[in-house]
Amino acid sequence: MYYFLQQLINGLTLGSVYGLIAIGYTMVYGIIGMINFAHGEIYMVGAFISVIAFAVLGLAGITQIAVMLIVVLVTSLIVTSLYGWSIERIAYRPLRNAPRLAPLISAIGMSILLQNYVQLLQGARVKTIAPVLTGSFTLMERADGFAVSISVMQIIILAMTTALMLGVTMLVQRTSLGRAQRACEQDKMMAALVGINVDRTISTTFVIGAALAALAGFMVTLYYGVVDFFMGFLAGMKAFTAAVLGGIGSLPGAMLGGLMIGLVESFWSSYVNAQYKDVAVFGILMLVLLIRPNGFFGRAEIEKV
Amino acid sequence: MMFARMKDALLTALIAGVLALPMAGARTVDGMNGSAIEWHVTEVTIAVVLIFFGRLALGFIAERKKTFCIPPIPIPAFAKNPNLISCLLIGAAILFPFTPFASRYGLDVAIMVMTYIMLAWGLNISVGYAGLLDLGYAGFYALGAYSFALLAPALGIGFWVALPLSGLIAAATAFLLGLPVLRLRGDYFAVVTLGFGEIVRLVVTNWTTLTNGPNGISGVPRPTFFRLEFARNASEGHKAFHEFFGLEFDPLQRIIFLYFIILFLALVAGWASAKLRRLPLGRAWEAFRENEIATAAVGINRTRIKLAAYSLGAAMAGMAGAFFATRQGFISPESFTFTESATMLAIVILGGVGHPLGIALAAIFIIGLPEAFRDLEQYRMVAFGGGMVLIMIWRPGGLMAKRGATVNLEQKN
Repeated sequence: MYYFLQQLINGLTLGSVYGLIAIGYTMVYGIIGMINFAHGEIYMVGAFISVIAFAVLGLAGITQIAVMLIVVLVTSLIVTSLYGWSIERIAYRPLRNAPRLAPLISAIGMSILLQNYVQLLQGARVKTIAPVLTGSFTLMERADGFAVSISVMQIIILAMTTALMLGVTMLVQRTSLGRAQRACEQDKMMAALVGINVDRTISTTFVIGAALAALAGFMVTLYYGVVDFFMGFLAGMKAFTAAVLGGIGSLPGAMLGGLMIGLVESFWSSYVNAQYKDVAVFGILMLVLLIRPNGFFGRAEIEKV
Repeated sequence: MMFARMKDALLTALIAGVLALPMAGARTVDGMNGSAIEWHVTEVTIAVVLIFFGRLALGFIAERKKTFCIPPIPIPAFAKNPNLISCLLIGAAILFPFTPFASRYGLDVAIMVMTYIMLAWGLNISVGYAGLLDLGYAGFYALGAYSFALLAPALGIGFWVALPLSGLIAAATAFLLGLPVLRLRGDYFAVVTLGFGEIVRLVVTNWTTLTNGPNGISGVPRPTFFRLEFARNASEGHKAFHEFFGLEFDPLQRIIFLYFIILFLALVAGWASAKLRRLPLGRAWEAFRENEIATAAVGINRTRIKLAAYSLGAAMAGMAGAFFATRQGFISPESFTFTESATMLAIVILGGVGHPLGIALAAIFIIGLPEAFRDLEQYRMVAFGGGMVLIMIWRPGGLMAKRGATVNLEQKN
């Protein structure tokens, strides 16, 4: 029971991070119907910018935690969003009306490019930062001394994710930008006819997705303290799996899928074995899709000839 | 006008600066305590200035030509006959080992290119003909390689027996996987294949008792030429190739032999897929690719047709995998990552979906070209990714124009 609770907390934390990345996949897929393979790399870039910013601040002699966190977060958000925007502008926008597979290959190329670009410039070694936010709360303690605890970082991740989730949902449902996004999702031509700037809406979607990925990268950097140039690949793949699991194009679906994958991973590695946790994740994806071919919240598309 | 152009160039340079400054300008190095920073601001500044002038120049060119576009490649008339080109290429491929370029290294690269041509032609059956986006094709490649590497010592079989067996195992797996999964639509199917590819890789990495995990399996048997071995001294009861033919022993003989095996396999794969395309089965693939509902409505069994495409493609990957194992003599999970699947898919799409000749050229381009720049190790992969993006922007339909359906109903006016 105690062990279970601890794994539940760990799984939810991990799942929140996947969920945040998954939103980027699902929003982009919803609006232009394309798997943005470079999104995992965006998350990696976000984490790297955080590490670099921490290192620069450390050299500048700034040690106040609050100042450090805010400066790093803002830097990472701005730079990573700009990466997201540039990728869309360079690699995807020229392919707006191309055959369906062309943007996919362009995205895979972009992903390879970013991965190797970061490796080339920052080196292949794992980068570490000193723990910034330490401390944890003990929730319960068993007689033999096994304690269920939640760290400050875990609380921050869970709280931030919840807040961001609410924020993004509001954005999509209440603001004019969200209306424009939903309009483009349904029919780009019609949206353009009623005066929506389709290109700008798509760009904004990429920027939002990249910003969320940057936040995920920032929090993971603080949580684990290590980043490397290859981290975006598996995280991106799992986040994408999460988006599909929840029903691609659906925001709550992405979050739910992310949490589910985080939980599966956490429970599987603690109760079954750690080596096959990723096999379990992909296995569950296959099972869910067989039972619900459109994911949890995905709408069944009606096909017409 | 001038002002607008300046503004545009300035903005581009500014964005490039923001993108490059943290990543390229401040490089983290391992310091005494934690990360230290190594500044490279000068390089970034130079790059930004270059980008500013480059963008400005591009603006002028675009104005001069109104619509700036890269001119299409001029193709001489005789080269428009695909049969002629195919024959020429095959002829060149057969003669290749006897040219001065056929050094050990040159042959190795050629063998690799050929392997990828075979893989891409196999993948083309599902992606190009049947329109099934497969992101885990390397999984079948791995299955073939591991089937051979594990079965050979267990059953005492050689390459030539294991070759069809590997293909069969891969095809059977595809069949079992496809049976439930093929009813998923488009991208969902793609994700499941992606998951499958990863599962195969993770299982061979972690099942250490069977596959020796990340350390891989070595000592995979070499292929023989009608029971003649390619070694200086043949093992007991066998004869060596050079002894039988009274030749001087040369390690290159084995490489040339491998080259001809893969050339043969690739040509058979290409020939088979070209033939299949004209059979009713191939027509059905195309029909499903073009319009699923209409095809199902005329009474063609969707699952059966798609399963055929998926399994046949997998069989080719399995055989290519067996060849890969015998060529290397050693296999490890590292050779079957998602990057492999992505590379194969990139070859198919860059070549032009469903266009065998274009695919062969794309394989030469994607596999051969980076190999030629091996000295530039790290830059090579950056350029590889960038090249993929640029080619797609330049020719979204692939290097060779995309081929539509083979048969079209002629509209009568």
